[in-house]
Order: sequence, then structure tokens, then C-alpha cells
Amino acid sequence: MSQMIKGNTGDWEIVIGLEVHAQVTSNSKLFSGASTLFGNEPNANVSFVDAGMPGMLPVINARAIEQAVKTGLAINAQINLKSVFDRKNYFYADLPQGYQISQFLDPIVGKGEVLLDMPDGSVKRVGVTRIHLEQDAGKSLHEYNPKFSYIDLNRAGVTLMEIVSEPDMRSADEAAAYLKKLRAIVRYIGACDGDMEKGSMRCDANVSVRKPGGELGTRCEIKNVNSVRFLHKAIEYEAMRQVEIIESGGKIDQQTRLFDSAKGETRTMRSKEDAHDYRYFPDPDLLPLEITQDYVDALKKSLPELPDQRKQRYMEKFGLSAYDAGVIVGEQEYAQYYEQLAAKHDPKLAANWMTGELFGRLNKLGVDITESPISADALGGLLGLIEDNTISGKIAKDVLDLMFETGKSASAIVEEKGLRQVTDTGAIEKVIDEVMAGNPDKVAEYRSGKDKLFGFFVGQVMKLSGGKANPAAVNDLLKKKLS
Amino acid sequence: MTLRTLTLSAMRDGLLKKEFSATELAGAHLDAIEKINPDMNAFITITRDKAMDMAKNSDAKLAKGQGGLIEGIPVGVKDLFCTKDVLTTAASHILDGFKPQYESTVTTNIWNQGGVMLGKLNLDEFAMGSSNMTSHYGPVKNPWKKKGSDAPLVPGGSSGGSAAAVAADLCPIALGTDTGGSIRQPASFCGIVGIKPTYGRCSRYGIVAFASSLDQAGPITRNVRDSAIMLNVMCGHDAKDSTSAPIAVPDFEAALTGNIKGKKIGIPKEYRPDGIDPEINAMWDNGIKLLKEAGAEIIDISLPHTKYALATYYIVAPAECSSNLARYDGVRFGLRVMPEKGNLNDMYEATRAAGFGHEVKRRIMIGTYVLSAGYYDAYYKKAQRVRWLIANDFNEAFKKVDAILTPTAPSAAFGFDYKPSDPVEMYLNDVFTVPTSLAGLPGISLPGALNKDGLPLGLQLIGKAFDEEGLLNVAYALEQAIGFKGKPV
Repeated sequence: MSQMIKGNTGDWEIVIGLEVHAQVTSNSKLFSGASTLFGNEPNANVSFVDAGMPGMLPVINARAIEQAVKTGLAINAQINLKSVFDRKNYFYADLPQGYQISQFLDPIVGKGEVLLDMPDGSVKRVGVTRIHLEQDAGKSLHEYNPKFSYIDLNRAGVTLMEIVSEPDMRSADEAAAYLKKLRAIVRYIGACDGDMEKGSMRCDANVSVRKPGGELGTRCEIKNVNSVRFLHKAIEYEAMRQVEIIESGGKIDQQTRLFDSAKGETRTMRSKEDAHDYRYFPDPDLLPLEITQDYVDALKKSLPELPDQRKQRYMEKFGLSAYDAGVIVGEQEYAQYYEQLAAKHDPKLAANWMTGELFGRLNKLGVDITESPISADALGGLLGLIEDNTISGKIAKDVLDLMFETGKSASAIVEEKGLRQVTDTGAIEKVIDEVMAGNPDKVAEYRSGKDKLFGFFVGQVMKLSGGKANPAAVNDLLKKKLS
Repeated sequence: MTLRTLTLSAMRDGLLKKEFSATELAGAHLDAIEKINPDMNAFITITRDKAMDMAKNSDAKLAKGQGGLIEGIPVGVKDLFCTKDVLTTAASHILDGFKPQYESTVTTNIWNQGGVMLGKLNLDEFAMGSSNMTSHYGPVKNPWKKKGSDAPLVPGGSSGGSAAAVAADLCPIALGTDTGGSIRQPASFCGIVGIKPTYGRCSRYGIVAFASSLDQAGPITRNVRDSAIMLNVMCGHDAKDSTSAPIAVPDFEAALTGNIKGKKIGIPKEYRPDGIDPEINAMWDNGIKLLKEAGAEIIDISLPHTKYALATYYIVAPAECSSNLARYDGVRFGLRVMPEKGNLNDMYEATRAAGFGHEVKRRIMIGTYVLSAGYYDAYYKKAQRVRWLIANDFNEAFKKVDAILTPTAPSAAFGFDYKPSDPVEMYLNDVFTVPTSLAGLPGISLPGALNKDGLPLGLQLIGKAFDEEGLLNVAYALEQAIGFKGKPV
């Protein structure tokens, strides 16, 4: 769904490409045996190789290759059986070798695609240009001493996959959806834990604006955005900034920019003129990386069900809408929760209750599904009561609120509060008689042809029964009595 | 004195027969080093205590009959190999005070087989040079002198300390590294034997890198047999070096039959340029004659891209060096020069300005230039293509021949006063050794003759990739035929 910016000179289209850096899940670094454990003491996870000591040599970690190939396969990408590691040369204190080992001309994964499930049920295709493997840098710590910076090399040499998209996205929503989808994919296959707070996933956004269908504009790159929310904000801000500059007669400078999450704005980091000459060349310490088709095929067979496959299954087998299915498969934990519900209950009912009532309440609490006070079993208990007509859907919403409040099970609450649905026709008839007796004029009007009043009677009956009357039974009996 | 003049194999036999002990052997060498080194400057660091401990340990092992291949043999180590807890300098100011917490694979192999470490040997700074004049620790004196002259001569480079020490009987064997001729040219200048094995034969793990796609360790010894013994100790696949070859190591010493009947020896016409020193030509011709007499067949060959080798080398090697030497930044080890009120970039600049010598700076700048945007294709990429053509020349030649004979260097050792204004003149020293390096092939230098000044000249034999066995055997046969007995006075 493209989303135009209304400028003074008409509509502007946003063009976005993302470079996502995903930390590959593995116990050791890309070229050394040092641990990748998060949260260790500074410089605890550092080998002589990571520290750039003289004479130390990189040795590729087979696990990292496996994860990159799996990710490539999961986005239907071309896997390059021969790829090359290059050195990207620049000086920085947290880059001990004075170069980062990366893949420049010959990456391990070529063209692929990611499919986005948009809220209107449509599917948007975003091309992936390439995925390459590279080393992360260390971290400079400036806060300990006013005169010196300290360096933590725990991250130095940790494996990153850089997943580069085509400039195929046209709105901040699409960019956010892309990042979420990519995150879901790498988490499904276990290639990356997707934890953006810990920095396991972050992205650079290339943003430009243009008149719809016109030539591509000059882009700015927003560096190191570390949440979906910030990505959304950064793109919207940046696109507006560019439109304002162009409309006031200015020109966009090709720049690298930083997103300031506190102020919600982007600012200049460096301009194109300051761009480094990285002097890429093939790393002579490493032979070209060659893998076999058999190896790739074996990895392909080992892939778990991917989000898109699972979505298809939910639509076909459970009859879910494209959007609901997309939302549920979008997070592995959602899908796990859902599978538990759908195993014992009506899958559509389960999907509605999960994405509607449960998610709404979790959002209000600001908690993730993994921290949900209502387990899948507990929600299942509630669904069971709806399915066997013990309570109505409307009462069930109140019960869910009480479950959130008290932590009690649905059946306990229903018993305690006497919310059991009245299906006893005698009891319902009594209520109907009462309502009819209290509204003789409305009865007459209905009988003289004002059908619309039927809803009024239903409402009155439900009200008088405290919502406990079975709506289907109320309908049936009312029709009989009013006719 | 007689102890120190023995070859490695003679020392090995003497130790096994208990004619002398490893402790006596180490002591004799250390005493000589302490006497001679202040003038010669072959050693940067002398590790007497370590040597005596290791020798005692060797004596204990020998007594129990548990010795390794070179148990109790003294070894000098080029100061480019990282040695645990022992100062490792690469002859550069920038590595001031650097004591590695790890040991190179090659030296580990040597200690595992019983080698006794005498100390660390001088070299050109970061192995960049052909004279040992670029060392931060000063030049090394070649033990050879021109007849009737007392003027000091260079030992060649970059493994100048290694070659001088072996020639002066300060150690029977020394470790060197060869990137473009750094083992073979000094061996030639010092009248001894040096072999650069095939790229990938020895692990580069723990060797301070100069040009990673060319660097290769090798021994400098008194004769071919000793080189064969040393290769067996040094070589082998190492999982810590991705470019190390997973190829079995044969028994090189056993390959020395001396029988080269029917072996085909190639003579490349491109190694006889106009203006070549007639004495070098004569030595080469004599080598050809001797091989023929030993039953080898001499075949004229052509290596047409030879003339581009030096230019190619001086693009590829500096490019790699410019990147390899980026880690010397004053942040984690070695020299740090922090200008007052300076920032990080100021520290880099001041540290590297003070820490690197002229030749190293020159190569870093050349390397940075040839890799920079807009020049990469014209220089680095083209050089890679030419490198492939040069390697292909050898591949073609080796379809017809078993080994190739050339001179090792275009001259004998020159004086300390030789300071060409054009650095390329100095680079010409490697003109015969660089093509082999670019092709990754094994090459050995052995003494061919003395020139009219009484200085040694070296002959180079080049072998097929991973055919050190065949190469050593031809060298062995040629060595027997030449019967070189020269010693520095």
C-alpha cells in the first residue's frame, strides 16, 4: 500500500530500501572460537584473532555459513556455491584488524524475495538483492572517563548477515512490515534470535522521495535503527524532511544520517564527500568459500515450516483470512500459542479471540504474548465455554477481563458469578412474557409490520436476563411469541 | 669451534651417539653468539636461559631415547615468528615491547621435535627489504667479506640475520620466511642453503604477516639434507591457517637419493637478461653442465611473462601489506605515541609515523594507492591477472620439465654503502625469486660458486607445487656435483 505525502506541489512517493543486519545464531564468532554469549563482562569474549594480534588468522565458522544458506533458502534466494570474503579497510579503535571481513562482489546469497501481508489482505513482494556474511565491530564506551574511550571487543568478530533489499517499499508501514517479516523468517529457522533490544537485529534505511512514477530521488541512509517503531518514525520524518527541502527549492544531499529516537528526528552523520574509500579486496587469509549443491539441498530439507507456508496452511485448513493468518504466523510465539488453541477448539473462533480480544488486552498491558497472564490453555478454557453454549460471546469478553484481573480460570469465574447462560426455554419465555407485557405498544407496532423492532425485543430480553440468556434461544422464542 | 661447524645431521648423529650433549651444544653456540653478535647484529634477542632449559630437557629425553626429529639441535628464529613470552619485534619500532601470549605453529612444531631456541634473528622491518638495512635494530653484517677488503657487506634480506647466523656458525639452522625471495636471496649472499616450500606447506599461523598470499616459512641450513630434515619438522596442515594445504608430508630426507638420471631440467631464457653479470652467467652454465653430467636432460624453456613479475609483485605485496599493517595502531600492543590534546586519529598518525620506517611506509602508501577507488582495476586487478599468467607460464613449463634452474640473485652481496636513490634498484635483487613466489612454487637456493671477489653466488632450483621431494633431490645431486666448500674467513 503506497502512502503518498501530500506536499504543496502535489503528491510525493516514498522509496525505501533496507539493509538489515542480523546477528547469526552460533556459539562462536565468524572467524574465531570466541564465545558470542550476550551480557558477559567487557572483553571476556575475545580471542587473539578478534583482538587483531600479529600473526593471527581467521578460520571460517561452518555454522555461520549454514545459517546464511538457510536464510537464503527461506527467502527463495539464489545460493552461490562459490563466494568470496573481502577486506573492508578503515581505521577505528573498535576494529582491531583495521579491516572488517565482509563479502563485497561475491556474496553467499543472491537475489530472493520477502512477501508482506498487508492489512487489506493483499500481499506485497519486496525483492532482496543479496545476503552476505560479515564481522561485527566492537563497541566504544565513552561514558567511563572524560578523557579516554574504552573498547569492548565482545562483539568484534561476531557473525552478521547483511540482508539488502531492493528499493521496493513505498511507505513506512511497508518498511515496518518487511522488517517484521524478515525477523519472523530468521527466527523460524533459528538463524537469528531477532532480539532488537540486544542489537541482534538492526537496520539501515535508504530513503528518497519522488513524484509518483518519476525518476528516483537522491537518497539518504539512516543508520542503525534498532526497532520497528523507530524505523517507522525515522522514515516518516526523513521523507517529510526531504519533501520540505525539495518544495522550498533545495536539493537533497546524499548523506548518512542518524535517527535520534529521543527527538524523533534524523540528523547528519556524514555527507558523501566524507565517505570512506574502503579499498575492498579479497582477503588473502581466506580461500574462496565453496559449498556443494548437496550441502544446500540437505539444508533445504532441514528447513522447518516457514511463515508463508504456515499462513497458507491456516487459510486452507482453518479458513482464516489472509490478514489474520499473516498476523498469527508473523511471530513464532503467536503461532505456537495459536496451534495450541486450534488443536482443541474451533480454529476460526480461536483466531478471532486471539487476534482481537487477547491481543487488545495484551497491548493495553504493554506485554508480549510470552508474558501473557492468560495461557493458551486458559484461553482455551474460555473458548470451550463459548463452544458448548455455557456462556455467550458477549459474557465471554467480561469473563476474559476477569481472568486478566484475577488470574482465575474461565469456568471458575462463570460458576462464581453465576454467568452460566440460560438455555432453559421456560425461563427465557418468562422473561419474554415480562418484556412483552411491559411494552404492549411496541408489540402492537411490531405486529403491524415494523420488523425492525425485533432487535429492541432481543436487547430488552438480554438486558433483563443479565446477558445470560442464550441468544439463539431468545431469537427463536421471540419470533414465536411475537407472531 | 668444531662443534659449531657441524651440520644439523652431524649434530643429530653426535647427540644420539652421546659424543656431546645438547647442553654443551647450546652453550657453545650461546658463547659464540655473545662474542660475535655485538659486531654482527644477527640476533635481536638472545634467549640463553630458555635455551639452556630446553637443552637440559632435550638431554633428559635423549637419555631416555625419546628424542624428537631434531632433539637438542640449536635453532635461531627469524624475529617474524611469534614466540610465547619472548619479545617479538618484526624488526620494527612499532612492536616495541611486544611479547606474544601465543606461539606460531611452525615454532611449536620445532619445539615439539626437540629444537633448542637460541634467540630471535634480525631481519628487514616487517620482512620488507633485500639487504636487512631496513631493520629498526640496525643492519646485519654478512660474515663474508670481499677479498682484501674489510668493508662490511649486507647479508641480503629479509631473512638476513638468519642467513648470517648460519653462515657464521652461530646456529646450524635458522628459520626464515620468504615473500619474494627473503630466504633464497640471503642464502645466496651468505653461501648457504635456503628453501621456500610451496605456498601452503607451512602454516602461517603466528607469523607476523607481510603479504599473506605470498608469505611462506622455510629453513636456512648448511646443506640440502639439513633443509630436508627441517621441512619434515616444519611442514604440515594446520587448521588454524585456512590457506594451509591439507596434503600429507612425505619423508623428505628419504627422497635424497642423488639419482637424477633422466630428470628434465628447464633453463628459462628470460633469466639471462642483457647486462647480466658474466660471473653469474658462468656459474649458471656450470650448474647446467654438472646436471647434464649427472644424467639430467637439459631443456630450454620460456617463461614469457617473467618481465612483468617484479611490477606485479610490487603491487600485490604492498596492497596486502597496507591492509595487514593496519592493526599496528597503538591501541592494543607495541608503541603508542599520544600527542598532547590529540584525538584518536592524531594518535594513529603519530604512532604510525614514529613506529614504521621509510620502506614500510613506502609500501603501505603504494598498497593503499593501488587498492583505492578508481585505481583498483588498473593496478590490483590487473596485477592479479598477470599473476595468473605468470603461474600459468610455470604450469606450461612443468608439463615438459621436472625442475627449473636459474641464478638466485643478479649479484653477490653488496656493501653497506650501496644506497640507491631509486628504490626500484633495490627491488631488482628479487628479480629471479619473485616469479616463483607469485606462482606459489617451491624454490631452493644453494651455493653455486665464489666470484672473483671471493663472495658466494647462489643457484636457484624451482620445483612443481608440492614436489619438494623431487626438488630437494635435484638440489642434493647438484650440491654433490658442485662440491662447494667455501666458508667466510
